[in-house]
Amino acid sequence: MIEMQDIWKTYPDGTVALQGINVIIDRNEFVYVVGPSGAGKSTFMKLIYREEVPSKGQISVNGFNIGKLKQRKIPYVRRNIGVIFQDYRLLPKLSAYENVAFAMEVIEAPRRQIKRRTMEVLELVGLKHKANSLPAQLSGGEQQRVAIARAIVNSPAVIVADEPTGNLDPETSWGIMKLLEEINFRGTTIVMATHNKEIVNTMRKRVIAIERGSIVRDQQRGEYGYEI
Amino acid sequence: MRFSTLVRHLREGGKNVARNGWMTFASVSSITVSLFILGVFMLLALNVNKLADQLDNQVQIRVYLKLDLDRPKIEEISRTIRRIPELKSVTFVSKAEGLKRLRDSMDEESRVALEGYTDETNPLPDAFEIEVYEPQTVAFAAKKIQAINETDPDKPITAVKYGAGTVEKLFRITNAVRNIGFVIVAGLAVMAMFLISTTIKMTIMARRREIAIMKMVGATNNFIRWPFFVEGVLIGMLGSAVTTAILLYGYSQLITTAQQDIGLYMIELASLKDVGWIVTGAIVAMGLLLGIWGSTLSVRKYLKV
Repeated sequence: MIEMQDIWKTYPDGTVALQGINVIIDRNEFVYVVGPSGAGKSTFMKLIYREEVPSKGQISVNGFNIGKLKQRKIPYVRRNIGVIFQDYRLLPKLSAYENVAFAMEVIEAPRRQIKRRTMEVLELVGLKHKANSLPAQLSGGEQQRVAIARAIVNSPAVIVADEPTGNLDPETSWGIMKLLEEINFRGTTIVMATHNKEIVNTMRKRVIAIERGSIVRDQQRGEYGYEI
Repeated sequence: MRFSTLVRHLREGGKNVARNGWMTFASVSSITVSLFILGVFMLLALNVNKLADQLDNQVQIRVYLKLDLDRPKIEEISRTIRRIPELKSVTFVSKAEGLKRLRDSMDEESRVALEGYTDETNPLPDAFEIEVYEPQTVAFAAKKIQAINETDPDKPITAVKYGAGTVEKLFRITNAVRNIGFVIVAGLAVMAMFLISTTIKMTIMARRREIAIMKMVGATNNFIRWPFFVEGVLIGMLGSAVTTAILLYGYSQLITTAQQDIGLYMIELASLKDVGWIVTGAIVAMGLLLGIWGSTLSVRKYLKV
């Protein structure tokens, strides 16, 4: 599903973010990526959804060698990857429904299908009754649910979540995690960067710890922590 | 592109105009203000141009003939002159007619000086009054007329006058006025672009997130561009419509005021019919251009993610 071979990433300002990353994530896995701030977690995530390209090494997602992807093919690869951020990134002037439907309009899905599928995912995230609310009228947890609905509406193979619970209180965070687990259970691979120790230690999954640009631990049903 | 996608882009572009209320207002206002200034100067330039044309068209050639020519000879010369292609009209002014005109142009007192001159003793020569098609060719045409003398042993033409020197000066001035008008209008167009690009820079900031999110969910560049393009066209149309309405209404009021209240008869303003289409066409074209240019520019920068 996701395969990285000897990935190095140096930013134009000289910062070395990743050095020699080798990792394979299989279909339907749920992976936590942990590590201190500035260790390279975000770069690791960005490489997967092709916001950044590696300076060296091979990366393939869904069978696409995305390091060597032609510019005009990028949109089509991104359609198979759902992305969730700490700050939700919803379009503020669109309603919850429109924000989710937007991801389907982009792939030029027929209107009737957009309507049906959008309502379906809004129901899945428990926000069917708030379909017409604007992001500003929703709580943080609700906004994140809309973002998750948007990420899964096109049934992507992978979901990349960069600290999805970073701005949420513990109770709301648990709601979001339940939702992600449900989505994973339905067959979607999930890669999630997090600082939330409680979540990692309770919902035991594979843990990849990154420190100073290298993977320092890769453990099935692992615990939170990166200082070894 | 699917038809439904095109409809979607049109709908989305339209909605964006409404959604981004204040930004739309700012963009439309800055286009309106720029185009308005541009339009005012265009009207001014068109009027100056018209005035210059009027002055140019008053340029005439006068050809004076020898005193003792007989009728057939005069007609022969008239025919020769009429053959010159640059000339628009050739009017014969007989010596009797000339004397009458001279009398009419004088007041009672000075007219005394002309008393005693009868048709027999009339000292004035026969003459032709000639207009040319292109005022600027007057000197050239005058030379051609003068040349008739060279093939005719009688040398029947005594003088060809067109205000040499004065006419050239007039042309220099009217040309300069036209050029200055053109430079000012061009300068204002550039200024308008700067003013609008500032507005665009503000919209860019507001739209950065929006474009990034579109890219994130896998929108192609064209898909992102279209609604912005539609939005730009709409903003341009709005801006130019407002400007045209204000300008033409204002101008028609000006014509009425100038002619009825002030009684400014010597300077005849270009009529609304004359300038209306030119100004409307130019303003709408500029408005569309600015709107499209602005929206394309604001998107392009953030498409390379």
